[in-house]
Amino acid sequence: MAQHTEQEILAGLGEIVDEIAGVPAAEVTPEKSFVDDLDIDSLSMVEIAVAAQDKFGVEIPDDQLKDLKTVQDVINFIQK
Amino acid sequence: MNSTEVVVTGLGATTPLGGDVSTTWSALLEGRSGISEITEDWAQELPARIAGRAVQDPSEKLPRQRLRRLDRTQQFALIAAQEAWQDAGAPDVDPVRLGTVVSSGIGGILTILEQYDTFREKGWKRVSPFTVPMLMPNSPSAAVALEFTARAGAHAPVSACASSSEAIADAIGMIRSGRADVVIAGGTEAAIHPLNIASFASMRALSTRNEDPQAASRPWDTDRDGFVMGEGAGIVVLESAEHAARRGARVYAVAAGAGYSDDAHDIVAPEPEGEGQARAITMALEDAGMGPADVAHINAHATSTPTGDVGETLAIRRALGDAAADRVAVTSTKSMTGHLLGGAGAVESIATVLALYEGRIPPTINIEELDPGVSVDIVRDKARDLPADAVGAINESFGFGGHNIAVAFRRA
Repeated sequence: MAQHTEQEILAGLGEIVDEIAGVPAAEVTPEKSFVDDLDIDSLSMVEIAVAAQDKFGVEIPDDQLKDLKTVQDVINFIQK
Repeated sequence: MNSTEVVVTGLGATTPLGGDVSTTWSALLEGRSGISEITEDWAQELPARIAGRAVQDPSEKLPRQRLRRLDRTQQFALIAAQEAWQDAGAPDVDPVRLGTVVSSGIGGILTILEQYDTFREKGWKRVSPFTVPMLMPNSPSAAVALEFTARAGAHAPVSACASSSEAIADAIGMIRSGRADVVIAGGTEAAIHPLNIASFASMRALSTRNEDPQAASRPWDTDRDGFVMGEGAGIVVLESAEHAARRGARVYAVAAGAGYSDDAHDIVAPEPEGEGQARAITMALEDAGMGPADVAHINAHATSTPTGDVGETLAIRRALGDAAADRVAVTSTKSMTGHLLGGAGAVESIATVLALYEGRIPPTINIEELDPGVSVDIVRDKARDLPADAVGAINESFGFGGHNIAVAFRRA
């Protein structure tokens, strides 16, 4: 599987969050919390996880999704 | 008659004739048809290939990320509710005194069908996590309640094509019973999909006048051959007269009373003598403290089906008696909008209210030869002035299941 750079993943997540939650991609920065900073609810997180799986080829199991609080957490998970 | 008077203070609509009330109303008075050919490939195999599509796509009014988590019924309802709320002057009301009663006849069926396609093609993980809150029949009411922080209760009575008249009737009751001061009420439908067209077509309920879409919806014409499916929403703001007076609101009309009945005759066919329909009218008048002579105008349910239209005129005569039935001016705005199913009663209530407020009755178009069974005066071809001394008007809606709803409005 091709390894994605942190910048690629961040840009990709920005697009996904913009599309799904209407949060501008520029606001999707590594330190942001999905729930507290980007105002994304649990159902939208499910959509984001599925979209991220499509984009980066990495499945995020439900039991791990709940531990991914920040954008950086997702980037780390995808790079792992 | 009940002591709490309920008034109409705001109107909103998105219909096959326009993206708001004023464009819809102008088109109704001009006698314009909103019916057109369905150009998608899927229509080619169907016997009915015409519909009344909403003129304005919801994407013109709602941001993309909201659209993706709202069924089209909810989108229409929200757009119409926003218009009605602004039209009412955005009343300052305690959230626990604000309610919603917004219906859909079918519910979020486009979501159901699209998500089932997704499920079969891509598996369960690709099914949207918003599927359930989009397909629920109460979802338009809930979406409107969320939008306006309405905490007195959010309701969604379902009675097929009578649903949104029942919503308005229930909203009157909600205010009278003291549960709310202001209620956002109406209905919505978005069901133009091959399965739905096929389902109504298999009942032989739809017009197949595909070669002449604008002439296809022709209530009371001898050549009528079925209804034309439409989509859209109508929403009214209802308010206790006291609350409206306190804030100096413009009052379009008094939502004076409602009558409910059921034929319990057949699951789809109306009872041919019109006894149940007549009973709904009589009860609405009693509830409104009005007499038959007070009814200057009726916006009929008349959908352009061979079975329904004429019986309705018999019911009107039965309910009003000969003297009043000879004077009432009856119209079917479905001749122009098509049949909005769960949105029909609300859009037609708006037309009824505006007929009283503006003093103009929209015509029924496309009558070339009036069915000889029609026993009341139909406003044909051109809009007509409401008599200056008119007191009130009635909107009638009926639905599969034998549901009959009549809502009586009185000039303010």
